[in-house]
Amino acid sequence: MKHVKTLATRNLKESMKKGGCGECQTSCQCTVGNQSC
Amino acid sequence: MVHAYKNNGYDIVLDVNSGSVHVVDDIVFDLIRPIEELLTNRFGTADITADGAADTTDEALSAELFSELKEKYSEVTEKYSEQDLTDAISDILELRRGEVLYTDDVYENYVEDFKERGTVVKALCLNIAHDCNLRCKYCFADEGEYHGRRALMSEEVGKAALDFLVKNSGGRKNLEVDFFGGEPLMNWEVVKKLVEYGRSLEKEYDKNFRFTLTTNGTLLNDEILEFANKEMGNIVLSIDGRKEVNDKMRPMKGGQGTYDTIIPKFKKVAESRHQLRYFVRGTFTHNNLDFCEDVKHLADLGFKQISVEPVVAKPEDWYAIKEEDIPYLCEQYDELAKLYIQRQKEGNGFNFFHFNIDLEGGPCVAKRLSGCGSGCEYLGVTPWGDLYPCHQFVGNEDFIMGNVFEGITRPDLQKMFKESNVYSRPECQKCFARYYCSGGCAANAYNFNGDINTTYKTGCELQRKRIECAIMIKAALS
Repeated sequence: MKHVKTLATRNLKESMKKGGCGECQTSCQCTVGNQSC
Repeated sequence: MVHAYKNNGYDIVLDVNSGSVHVVDDIVFDLIRPIEELLTNRFGTADITADGAADTTDEALSAELFSELKEKYSEVTEKYSEQDLTDAISDILELRRGEVLYTDDVYENYVEDFKERGTVVKALCLNIAHDCNLRCKYCFADEGEYHGRRALMSEEVGKAALDFLVKNSGGRKNLEVDFFGGEPLMNWEVVKKLVEYGRSLEKEYDKNFRFTLTTNGTLLNDEILEFANKEMGNIVLSIDGRKEVNDKMRPMKGGQGTYDTIIPKFKKVAESRHQLRYFVRGTFTHNNLDFCEDVKHLADLGFKQISVEPVVAKPEDWYAIKEEDIPYLCEQYDELAKLYIQRQKEGNGFNFFHFNIDLEGGPCVAKRLSGCGSGCEYLGVTPWGDLYPCHQFVGNEDFIMGNVFEGITRPDLQKMFKESNVYSRPECQKCFARYYCSGGCAANAYNFNGDINTTYKTGCELQRKRIECAIMIKAALS
């Protein structure tokens, strides 16, 4: 694409299928935003 | 939902519901909103997955949009050549076709399903000491006095807390225990015994404990550091930044400053942990709105893991951040973002807690919708074993949820917190930041509005700014 550079395609919708295991760290304002799954 | 903004020379488009981030040029930036409006008029939504939306080929749709844009948005189209307009429309439709632009929110029903799952507890914040040798002005524990009820957690209560955690953790393997206070080092022998006890439970119950320690650092010594480096997954070291800022807000009981005492100790912690798995963590107030200077000071001292955060205070407190401070604070975040980029490019970078963001491997949407888990997955424990929704609710007896010996005795409170999420807060519905902040802090919402299903306005404004800066930093360093 000439006019766009995509930085991230995290695809939150896909994470509905596999996510929710709850094994990640508790976050607090890691925060939710910077946490890694 | 799309959030398009400019920062530090970058045009950035965040597709909120898919989590996609695009760096675009001016023409795409100018066309994002008009095309969204035209598509919404045509299909009821700009999302490609809407009924009938994918039937029209992008080529045909592009030609139709081109004509409509020329007719309805001439003030935009007259700035660009026909070829550039055609190319830009094509790029936008390609992103839409790939479901990384103009995506709708499809998670509300999902979070309803999620709420029906059984509740497990996976983290405890142990207020191991309701006592402190400092008298920090902004302390939420009555400057360390705890309203006259100072106490240290006994080994018996601590062990009962760990037993409660294991018993209520269901199938969760990774469990967390924060040693918090007050000042945890005032009860260090109990901390050590509880870590030892936790480790003994790991094999028996197939669990993995992650311990953390938050300390003002004044009592740190080599023996404590050796143990902490072996056992603590994270150490938070409290310091506000420049000496005059720190010593004004964080004096000893007798009034003398703490900066000169803690700096050499904190440097030793940072180096002994190879500049990882710790934070120097400060609070900025109305007294130091130029907090970027405090971050810079900490970075210049050699610290690599830094957090300096806005105070949360009653409006009448002399150090409280006021609404009129927000524009200046946003400028400070912009300045800090530029410093962050510059230092990274020079090979002398540092991490700033609120600028860290994981755009590729961040948490799943279930986590983003439900947030920190306070009041259900995460609880605070007092020295005598009472359970609260989190460390910030401790002391408000309306929120006692039970105790470590009897368990949860207020399932109604647990249910209230479990049902609190992005969708239960009306202000979050139109906010682009909702999947990065998860609706904000329940304690702040309650303390300012008397309702956990609201938001803390000042916190929201600063959070949005930080997220914009964090994404811009990714663009600048990509």
